[in-house]
Amino acid sequence: MDAMNEHTERIVMSMRKSTLGVLAGLAAGAVILTGCSSATETKAEASEGAPGEGTTAVGFIMVGPKDDYGYNQAVYEGSEVIKKEFPDVEVMTAENVPEDDTAATTMEQMIDKGAKLIFATSYGHLDAALKVAEDHPDVVVVQQGNTITDDVPDNSGTYFGTVYEPMYLAGIAAGASTKTDKLGYVYAFPIPQTIANINAFERGAQSVNPDAETITVSTSSWCDPGKQQAAAESLLSQDVDVLTQHQDCTATVIQAAEKAGAMTVGYHADASSIAPTGWLTGAVWDWGPLYTDIVNKVIDGDFVGSEYNDNFRVGYKTGTNPFVLAPYGPDVTQETQTKITEAQEWLGTDEGSPFVGPVLDQDGKTKVEDGDIPTYAEVDAMDYFVQGVVGKLAQ
Amino acid sequence: MSLIVDVLSGGVRGGTSIMYAGLGETVSERSGVINLGTEGSMLVGALGAYAVGVETGSPWVGVLAGAAAGGLLALLHAYLVVRRGASQFASGLTLLFLALGLTSLFGASYVGQPVVGFDRWDVPLLSDIPFVGPILFQQDPLLYLSYFMVPLVWFVLFKTRIGLLIRTAGERSDSLTVHGYSVQTWRMIAVTVGGCLAGIGGAHLSTAYANAWFENMVAGRGFIAVALVIFAVWSPFRVMGGAYLFGTAIALGPALQARGYEINQFLLDAVPFVLTLVVLTVLGKKTLSSSPAELKRVFENAPPAT
Repeated sequence: MDAMNEHTERIVMSMRKSTLGVLAGLAAGAVILTGCSSATETKAEASEGAPGEGTTAVGFIMVGPKDDYGYNQAVYEGSEVIKKEFPDVEVMTAENVPEDDTAATTMEQMIDKGAKLIFATSYGHLDAALKVAEDHPDVVVVQQGNTITDDVPDNSGTYFGTVYEPMYLAGIAAGASTKTDKLGYVYAFPIPQTIANINAFERGAQSVNPDAETITVSTSSWCDPGKQQAAAESLLSQDVDVLTQHQDCTATVIQAAEKAGAMTVGYHADASSIAPTGWLTGAVWDWGPLYTDIVNKVIDGDFVGSEYNDNFRVGYKTGTNPFVLAPYGPDVTQETQTKITEAQEWLGTDEGSPFVGPVLDQDGKTKVEDGDIPTYAEVDAMDYFVQGVVGKLAQ
Repeated sequence: MSLIVDVLSGGVRGGTSIMYAGLGETVSERSGVINLGTEGSMLVGALGAYAVGVETGSPWVGVLAGAAAGGLLALLHAYLVVRRGASQFASGLTLLFLALGLTSLFGASYVGQPVVGFDRWDVPLLSDIPFVGPILFQQDPLLYLSYFMVPLVWFVLFKTRIGLLIRTAGERSDSLTVHGYSVQTWRMIAVTVGGCLAGIGGAHLSTAYANAWFENMVAGRGFIAVALVIFAVWSPFRVMGGAYLFGTAIALGPALQARGYEINQFLLDAVPFVLTLVVLTVLGKKTLSSSPAELKRVFENAPPAT
């Protein structure tokens, strides 16, 4: 089942990028001919120093445009933080890098220009990242969001945040604010990350409002505003008074809620400007602190054996989660804000998790035993809706 | 609201952009020119209306801009196929990709920008009619405009001299030439007007329905419109019915999901397209016999008439 899910996720992720990929592929085609490095270098060469130590340049490759108001823009803004924090380090960025050999070529070019640390930021960049890491033992290549299933090489690793933690907190805001006890969730595809978000949101709402239920509608698309509108309308007509979503483009659902006088929990970015009355809060990106920490570790020569030399998942327990809570809207009371602050502290402790057992699925089957806490990896593989979520999970 | 009213009223809203585009394609094909770039005209219409709406604060000025943008792209298609004799299929698809690229590029700065769009406006009295009121008369003004556009297009096509000339260009271009009219001119006019209508469809999508601009937001609705025209047998009123049917099929999935029905979403997603296949299969021969004669020549790869 896990393998199946991973497969689905891969397909879904590549579908989402396909349009951009085609265009980017055309643009990148011109440079493909350069930079085929030989794979004959050996690991022995790395013994002169720790991989990436003292690097004076850092590279970022992104799968989409840097101004997409979503995933890639968040990466770009993170790279801007590195620019500010490390004035002596040259920061290189490449947009619209497809998830194929072009990614490797682009990384090679950055290495030629002196980069000894590269962030490969799209899920599908992993294969290219590992190939480049193998060819250049003195360069650190880290990948954002995917998982290395074999042994993690000394100069590589993956990292990602745990978005379901702030979604749990946003669920508290939603559960406390709803008057109808009905929350609506517009999502694209049933990938584990989305499922965990929906479940955490519902459990956050339940923690302050046991009657709250989350009704889900899928659009089968990362960005089809027309379908989003239909989804939002159908939820609003069922007396849902808080809408949230997992979509690449978010404006349509937020405006549909605002026009109907309903409340909104955001995703990706602070959109309170287009929902001045209904905005509650949301999970938004902030990569700056995590990138800074990684760059520091690498420059100091401390990368090997560090948490980043692994499949690292950062949450409130382990450091600077790139997903943070957006500022509160006018309807979130002081009392609710206090509850959310307390819950965030609790999530940071060893006893805290959105999924402290017992966790039951929709059929009442126990998924997490009483008192147990699933690991980040287990949450990453979630394939069921919890009790209180309405809607069938397409399998 | 009951499920049926919900789905039908959502179907009318969601189908309106497809209907405008379908009307445009009807006018174009009646003159003997297929425009596969309709999707592109919708895209530039959606962005044009959105951008101008944002800049001027007036959604109606936005619609005019959207119509102009859609018409301009179609004019390019008309020039290529009518004047230069280019392949109608190649030209239409090329212009679609051009529109995709251009709107992604120039639209980037409008992503996430709020627009003053068309709000719902209930028609006095009519909106109070049970069942029919909420479905047809609790909508937005740009949608109400389509109630007039459908009979208007029908009237012009079938009851006026202009319509006769357009249809003759599509049926017997030779006789048009014999009577001293320019086939090329009337085709250019028909294709451009068709693009304007598709542009209005795009405008409805971005400024009345979804209230947002995002690259590739038309997401295949233009192609649905092209298919729709064939199974509507080039009749404006059937285009209207077909567009609502499509809209309803699209609205059905979310409505059922929101009510917690145990359905498979991927199956529901296929409904509109299965519907198309069924209708095309059932009407296959019938549509072929009633298609504009010059359109058949396009499919038979005959050299374009001049």
